[in-house]
Amino acid sequence: MQHDIPTQSFGPLGEPMADAIQKCVHCGFCLPVCPTYQVHGEEMDSPRGRIFLMKEVLEGNVELDEATPYIDKCLGCVGCITACPSGVGYGELITAFRATSEEKRERSVVDKTLRKFILETLPYPGRFRLAATAGRLAKPLKGVMPGRLGDMLDLLPKSLPPAQKLPEVFPAEGERRARVALLAGCAQQVLAPDINMATLRVLAKNGVEVVIPKSQSCCGALAAHTGAASQAKQFAKQNIKAFPPNVDAILTNAAGCGSGMHEYALWLRGEPEESAAAEFVKRVCDVSVFLEKLGLRETPSLSAPTKVAYHDACHLAHAQKVRSQPRALLRTIGNLDLVEIPSGDICCGSAGTYNIEQPETAGQLGHQKAQNIASVEPDAVATGNIGCMTQIETHLREVAFGKPIPVLHTMQILDRAYRGEAL
Amino acid sequence: MSAEQFFAELRRIYPADRLLTGRAQLAPYESDGLTSFRARPSGVVLPETQQEVIDTVKICHKYEVPFLARGSGTSLSGGSVPIEDGLVIALNRLKRIIRYDAEQRVAVVEPGVINTAVSERAAVDRLYYAPDPSSGPVCTIGGNVAFNSGGAHCLKYGMTSNHVLGMKVVLPDGTVEQLGSDSLEGSGPDLTGMFIGSEGLFGVALEITLRLLPKPEKYYTLQAAYDSLEKAGTAVAMVVASGLLPGAMEIMDRLSMDAADAAIGAGYPKDAKAVLIVELEGTSDEVEAEKPRLHKVIEESGAYIIEAARDDEHRLKIWKGRKSAFSAVGRLSPDFIVQDGVVPRTKLGHALKEIDKLSEQYGIRVANVFHAGDGNLHPLVMFDGRQPGGLEHAEELAGEIIRLCIRLGGSITGEHGVGLEKRAYIGEMYGEDDIEFMQQLRRSVDPLELANRGKKLPSAEAPALTSVGAHPLEKQGIISRE
Ligand SMILES: Cc1cc2nc3c(=O)[nH]c(=O)nc-3n(C[C@H](O)[C@H](O)[C@H](O)COP(=O)(O)OP(=O)(O)OC[C@H]3O[C@@H](n4cnc5c(N)ncnc54)[C@H](O)[C@@H]3O)c2cc1C
Ligand code: SF4
Ligand code: SF4
Repeated sequence: MQHDIPTQSFGPLGEPMADAIQKCVHCGFCLPVCPTYQVHGEEMDSPRGRIFLMKEVLEGNVELDEATPYIDKCLGCVGCITACPSGVGYGELITAFRATSEEKRERSVVDKTLRKFILETLPYPGRFRLAATAGRLAKPLKGVMPGRLGDMLDLLPKSLPPAQKLPEVFPAEGERRARVALLAGCAQQVLAPDINMATLRVLAKNGVEVVIPKSQSCCGALAAHTGAASQAKQFAKQNIKAFPPNVDAILTNAAGCGSGMHEYALWLRGEPEESAAAEFVKRVCDVSVFLEKLGLRETPSLSAPTKVAYHDACHLAHAQKVRSQPRALLRTIGNLDLVEIPSGDICCGSAGTYNIEQPETAGQLGHQKAQNIASVEPDAVATGNIGCMTQIETHLREVAFGKPIPVLHTMQILDRAYRGEAL
Repeated sequence: MSAEQFFAELRRIYPADRLLTGRAQLAPYESDGLTSFRARPSGVVLPETQQEVIDTVKICHKYEVPFLARGSGTSLSGGSVPIEDGLVIALNRLKRIIRYDAEQRVAVVEPGVINTAVSERAAVDRLYYAPDPSSGPVCTIGGNVAFNSGGAHCLKYGMTSNHVLGMKVVLPDGTVEQLGSDSLEGSGPDLTGMFIGSEGLFGVALEITLRLLPKPEKYYTLQAAYDSLEKAGTAVAMVVASGLLPGAMEIMDRLSMDAADAAIGAGYPKDAKAVLIVELEGTSDEVEAEKPRLHKVIEESGAYIIEAARDDEHRLKIWKGRKSAFSAVGRLSPDFIVQDGVVPRTKLGHALKEIDKLSEQYGIRVANVFHAGDGNLHPLVMFDGRQPGGLEHAEELAGEIIRLCIRLGGSITGEHGVGLEKRAYIGEMYGEDDIEFMQQLRRSVDPLELANRGKKLPSAEAPALTSVGAHPLEKQGIISRE
């Protein structure tokens, strides 16, 4: 598509934005995979429409504030990237657009407060824990809380697992085959510390030593995707320093964090750390990718026949193109029957803080996803992202009456299989 | 009567979130799959029921406001570009399959139903809806009807018009008519046929009765590589002359193979200048009997690699590559025009050679990907719109290609319609009398020219167009291009 974007005036992010827009041929192949287009059925809520809108804003034809409601509705699930034959870099476009437009946009007081609260809480496990506990206590107050704060309370679990301190090094069992570093994740540490423990045990079982650098920070994805560019940059810089060079890979076990870390070179475009970031990105991969490539040392088995539905987290499947590896790992587990979820490539509606910012769309998507999962009647759901896990659990409760369907991380399933347990 | 009153009446039907008038709401509706044309409507409505569509058309008629019915906006000829200051009726929320009858093999659908959704619904009964435009997962049945869309498999089964039995439509004055019926053998004039391919000039289709076919028992898909495009073109005529009628015959040239490869890793032979895809389909016995005959013809045509699809997955990959080719060319060039012309099948080889010459002469890259079986060419003329005169130069070449088609006894459009883009050539293809007759027909249904004004036929404010370069509508400030 032709454009007249004054690329220079948007700094180092001008070029990637213009590139993506130029590549879009307006063919609409991305429409059927876009969750918001499926829900709303209007052009502004489609990838093609958003690309056009961003172009108009960058060209100065449309006011930013007029366009933001539609840009904000984007989940960042990047299903559109997978669908696009023309190779439009939508992910770079939306991240860069959010980064360059944040300071220009006008937010309401409630909005600002909520945003500030999220950005200053979620990326810090200690603060998040405190807030989550307070929020849980505040649940009875839901009625008197303003709309979205009330909705937020719904998402908090009934009780929090005890806080866990992660070791700095987790040794390999038997002969050491590899040495990796792990990103611990923020919300995940608080909500489901077992995911990290399971990951460590599974890696150890396979002869992998894991270091967990103490000075690591939040991956920054949450900040980047809400347009808080400077906070995202700061986190990226800190992590580039924190992770040691002498490991075989830097692993993530939350899809959202993994895809965020893959964007470091984009976030740091034009900064002195840009080339270091590009190198760093090459070493980052999802734990499932690493393990599948390394090969399981021994194949585990569940104690009872179990039907498991695999849910593709958008930030694994679309953003990191990781689809086959977690499935391959699950398939090696004895007594496990892996099934696919209908319309599996459509987002579950979790997408970072989307739940909090666009509760209605998030709710509809979550409900649809739960129905699709229930339709294949699995005993459990496997996925690779904490955000999806909370969202799917919440909605499965409404859909699968009576029968609780546990939602587990792929590593948790492997871990239980290694211990010969059931799910 | 003013625009204010017009909108006040619309507001009685539509809540604010379904009557779009904001700048940011209208901008994404400004163009279709051909972004070089843009026009801004005064509003977009999102009806959710047929009655809302009917009432909207009535209001438009009352206030003499021109309107455009819009499906998924994948038209490649400017067909779904809004009418400046007119109303867009976006039909995407009318996507119910109203009736599905496996026994009678019909489906009655609303216009916003997506093409492939029909076959998905019918799959349980091993039925399907045959017309398969490459844009199938995106485009709507309403758009298919308006453009009489076709696809790779229309060689054997015909275009949309061969698969629509009847329709409920709202005419531009707001009256509702039932055209055709559930049966193929209708009585009286074929009014359904008149509506199909009319590019929305006769009103809005509200309900479409589609014919479903049993799925072929077996497919046999073969890819043949050639060292020249002309040879591949000639092979097509040879296959047909041999008495075989494959389900589909498609050709891709080097550039489109490169693009599709980059998009989906289709894996075409690296040094081939052209690849021909031929698909036999039918009962197992038929396909088995035709296989050796097909191989013989293809060998004789000078193919140097012949490869059959290994399994269903491989077959789907071959088709996915072919169907994503248009969009994938976006990887090779920032801008391109998808041309759509037809030549008699026997002249395919010749036409391709001429196009190659023109491409060289203009110094413009042209990718070729097309429904070879019907002689339906889709040259993709690449240009860089940011270069001064880039678009005009490319349009000139595209124009020459279309004139070549007319000269060879073909047509200016195979399936993408006339829309805005081809109006410049309709006067070259038809005589003045023919055009006048079409005009009369149109005005007898729509004297005010409200439905999709300015498309397909020359209209009052824009006389018959014979020139290329700046579009006459553009000169008059009716449309604008970037
Ligand atoms: C990548 C790509 C590949 C394509 N491949 C093919 C192909 O193989 N074969 C082919 O034939 N076409 C192809 N096309 C063109 C296009 O997809 C078809 O013309 C399609 O039928 C348009 O459908 P739509 O829903 O997008 O309609 P739109 O573009 O929204 O509208 C097209 C026309 O239909 C009219 N219309 C829409 N709905 C109605 C209705 N309910 N009643 C009356 N008029 C209506 C509009 O007014 C407009 O004039 C391709 C397009 C793209 C982008
Ligand atoms: S599929 Fe790609 S090129 Fe086509 S409209 Fe969507 S983003 Fe643009
Ligand atoms: S990222 Fe997801 S929600 Fe956003 S435009 Fe792409 S497909 Fe739609």
